[in-house]
Amino acid sequence: MTSNVQAGTAPRIEAVNDFVVKFANVNGSGSASANELFARSLLRMGVPVSPRNIFPSNIQGLPTWYEVRVNEKGWLARRGGVDLMVAMNPQTWDKDLEEIEPGGYLLYDSSKPMPASGFRSDIHVLGVPLTDLCATRYTDPRERQLLKNIVYVGVLAAMLGVEPEVIATLLGEQYKGKAKLLQPNLDAFMMGLHHGREYFDDALGLRIERRDAVGKKIFIEGNAAAALGCVYGGATVCAWYPITPSSSLAEGFQKYCSKLRVDKATGKNKFAIVQAEDEIASIGIVVGAGWNGARAFTATSGPGVSLMTEFIGLAYFAEIPVTIINVQRGGPSTGMPTRTQQADLLSCAYASHGDTKHVLLFPEDPRECFDFSAAALDLADRLQTPIFVMTDLDIGMNHRFCEPLEWDDERRFDRGKVMTAEELEAGRDFGRYLDVDGDGIPYRTLPGTHPSKGSFFTRGTTRDAYARYSEAGPDYIYNVTRLLKKFETAKELVPQPVLKAAARESRFGVIYYGSTSPAMAEAFDALQEQGVHIDTLRIRAFPFSAAVDRFVAEHESVFVVEQNRDAQLRMMLINEQEIAPAKLEPILHYDGTPITARFIIEAIAQRVRADNVEPIRAKKKGKAAA
Amino acid sequence: MTYLAKPKLHHPTLPANKLGFTRRDYEGKISTLCAGCGHDSISAALVQACWELEIEPHRVAKLSGIGCSSKTPDYFLGASHGFNTVHGRMPSVLTGANLANRELLYLGVSGDGDSASIGLGQFAHAMRRGVNMTYIVENNGVYGLTKGQFSATADQGSKSKKGVVNRDTAIDLVAMALQLGASYVGRSFSGDKAQLVPLIKGALSHRGAALIDVISPCVAFNNHAGSTKSYDYVRAHNEAVNRLDFMPRRDAITAMYAPGEVIEVTQHDGSVLRLRKLAAGYDPGDRLAAMNHIATYEARGEVLTGLLYVNPDADDLHGHLNTVDRALNRLGDAELCPGAAALEAINAELI
Repeated sequence: MTSNVQAGTAPRIEAVNDFVVKFANVNGSGSASANELFARSLLRMGVPVSPRNIFPSNIQGLPTWYEVRVNEKGWLARRGGVDLMVAMNPQTWDKDLEEIEPGGYLLYDSSKPMPASGFRSDIHVLGVPLTDLCATRYTDPRERQLLKNIVYVGVLAAMLGVEPEVIATLLGEQYKGKAKLLQPNLDAFMMGLHHGREYFDDALGLRIERRDAVGKKIFIEGNAAAALGCVYGGATVCAWYPITPSSSLAEGFQKYCSKLRVDKATGKNKFAIVQAEDEIASIGIVVGAGWNGARAFTATSGPGVSLMTEFIGLAYFAEIPVTIINVQRGGPSTGMPTRTQQADLLSCAYASHGDTKHVLLFPEDPRECFDFSAAALDLADRLQTPIFVMTDLDIGMNHRFCEPLEWDDERRFDRGKVMTAEELEAGRDFGRYLDVDGDGIPYRTLPGTHPSKGSFFTRGTTRDAYARYSEAGPDYIYNVTRLLKKFETAKELVPQPVLKAAARESRFGVIYYGSTSPAMAEAFDALQEQGVHIDTLRIRAFPFSAAVDRFVAEHESVFVVEQNRDAQLRMMLINEQEIAPAKLEPILHYDGTPITARFIIEAIAQRVRADNVEPIRAKKKGKAAA
Repeated sequence: MTYLAKPKLHHPTLPANKLGFTRRDYEGKISTLCAGCGHDSISAALVQACWELEIEPHRVAKLSGIGCSSKTPDYFLGASHGFNTVHGRMPSVLTGANLANRELLYLGVSGDGDSASIGLGQFAHAMRRGVNMTYIVENNGVYGLTKGQFSATADQGSKSKKGVVNRDTAIDLVAMALQLGASYVGRSFSGDKAQLVPLIKGALSHRGAALIDVISPCVAFNNHAGSTKSYDYVRAHNEAVNRLDFMPRRDAITAMYAPGEVIEVTQHDGSVLRLRKLAAGYDPGDRLAAMNHIATYEARGEVLTGLLYVNPDADDLHGHLNTVDRALNRLGDAELCPGAAALEAINAELI
């Protein structure tokens, strides 16, 4: 059993509460919960973290990584680069080593001797005989494997200064009522902790120190938050088909409904969830429920939306409330099913044949996943049309440190224009597709409302304002232009863009949306510190409101930062707002990893330099921040 | 009821049911199907069944897919909401509608192309979920609206209008529904109102997935070489009319026969359908026996009609999902939204 420390040639990275730890593991080895335990322990010490699970489309055997950015300032984007690599997977050894910053650290399992050629000379190597430690302590092979992960958490706690009481508390919460599991985990942690303290005193220049930077904020996955948004927004019907990265959303809805939506007196459910046979059936069920006045949603990803498009056209044309939460992943086709992208904007905005346009909402984090999911259910009823919540894998499947979820008890569901039996009885004229209020939104009746008034036949074929079958040109034009008017009405109802003005007046602007948010916020600050002033506008919905036009008009040049190849939002801005293409400069990141502040700073600096402005560089603070 | 319908003008001798409705109150718009179409007979049977059952017309929701059959919900129950969805996907829309409001009666109308070809998957899954509905397949073995292509229920060896012989085996939706767990399964013939009306009434009264496969001859695409009633023959002998909109008038085929009997029905295309009406003593409570029975008679070239299987104690999707008794679409904010305090408690656990 050999514990060893080999110093590298580059000076040690020294940082407090500001570094990146990456765990390289084998999928299915039980590392995920240990790694999450590590991330949570830092939050409990008041230090913000942003972990990201980088996982394969696989259940067992393929490489998987868990990257934790520690940053007491609260920057939550992926930083890029690694200061401490916990390399537990021989398959990816070389690649993992490459990612370590010069002067950074490698922690590896030294139970078997590694040839010196296997290491880099400019990094600091910490060998911990994890396999041997577990082999000595445990006899059960499963325990040896699983607890190895907890042992390295113990070693890290010793090296970094994580308070053992915090870990013990978290383990206690995790294994509440399961003493048989708790004890071996605590034991393994303590073994690692003692080993770390004994052999690795001051071996690491990275430290965790208690802070008070967490406050009331929460740590939640976007999919869980969206699921809660659907509970709070009054969804009663959910139909879905399993697809990464959206499956945990529907499962989260089931979990929260089981807690929050069971009638106490009868034990019966105030919700219905159907795992359908495919995405076509999922959206069909949602369309049927929406037609019949229940709030309904489906959660899916790009390939699912492709399958749903015929129904989406029906819901648009027949004007049926539908909420679709698209947790985007890398496309096209099966693409990168476990990687992130913002590449479904066009396929959702114009889903289905014929002239169609749909409302899209772009949440930036779990908090907005909650807000926008609830809002989408209101908007769907108000506008009687499909509403897309465009989240992505980065937000959906990673725990994110964010503002707590809030609900105003005064708030009421907006059920939209539904004509009641009393109104029908009172003789109110009912034309299902009649624009009574001038906003393009007609009134509807729900099946079973009145014995003799208000029934109509819903169809995907053309009809007149009273829902009578018609292929007459004027009837068709009346309907489709009214739909455009309705889309115009939507502009004022959707979440409005968020402007962040630079400290000084700027001729440059940046437009961005969704999960680009944390990287952009960090880039904004970093650039400003270097004297580069750029106004930013975070778009939160399509159709675009007038504020977007104003923002573009007020700047000479506007960068559009997106996580797709084809600059899809830029295309929509050009087409929908008639903005001159030359004015919109795309900055595109689409390799499947979440965009970083470094990338944005680099890209903007390059363009600004080309524009003959004082050059700037990505900020380097020590080796650990940018 | 607070909102009873005002009586319509009708013949004074038209009988009214207990609710005061005449058959006319269960009718819809005028059919645009070809004269003599079996589908219109099915619509008439539905009108009769609903009237006899004293169903309030507006408490029925009628849903369909795409095709000739799927147009028919516009032609009956005019006071009901209807939904003509997309091709082959009526079952999912009906499932969603049913989940939203369990208090209405759900009637799904489909065809053989809609259910056995493009929609076979949705058909199967709606049956296995036990959606509480009456699912009627108006089965003519042909794609009428697109002018005479084979459907998946067309018999092996049968000849299309263009003289193409169907080599594929036929799908029997009744056998499938039995296998998939439908709890009310029947087959009938559009021209046998005496059998069809009670079968529909039974289905409407059943809780669970009820399928009735109704063989319904297509009057338009009956073309086979040598037939004097074929499309081509008429066209050749009547040059004055436009070949696209000319439709020879025919009478609907009817068939009256007693339980246990076999009857040979000659369809418009000259083919002979051998229908065997289930014997009076047949026990529809035995699913395995029903499957066996169907297969036995099929091997003899006979199509069994009648109520083949029923499980009167069946549960439905709402039962499986343990949903509340009230319609989900009537639950209000207070029943659905857990409120700010609950959310704060959730927040507190999320760190």
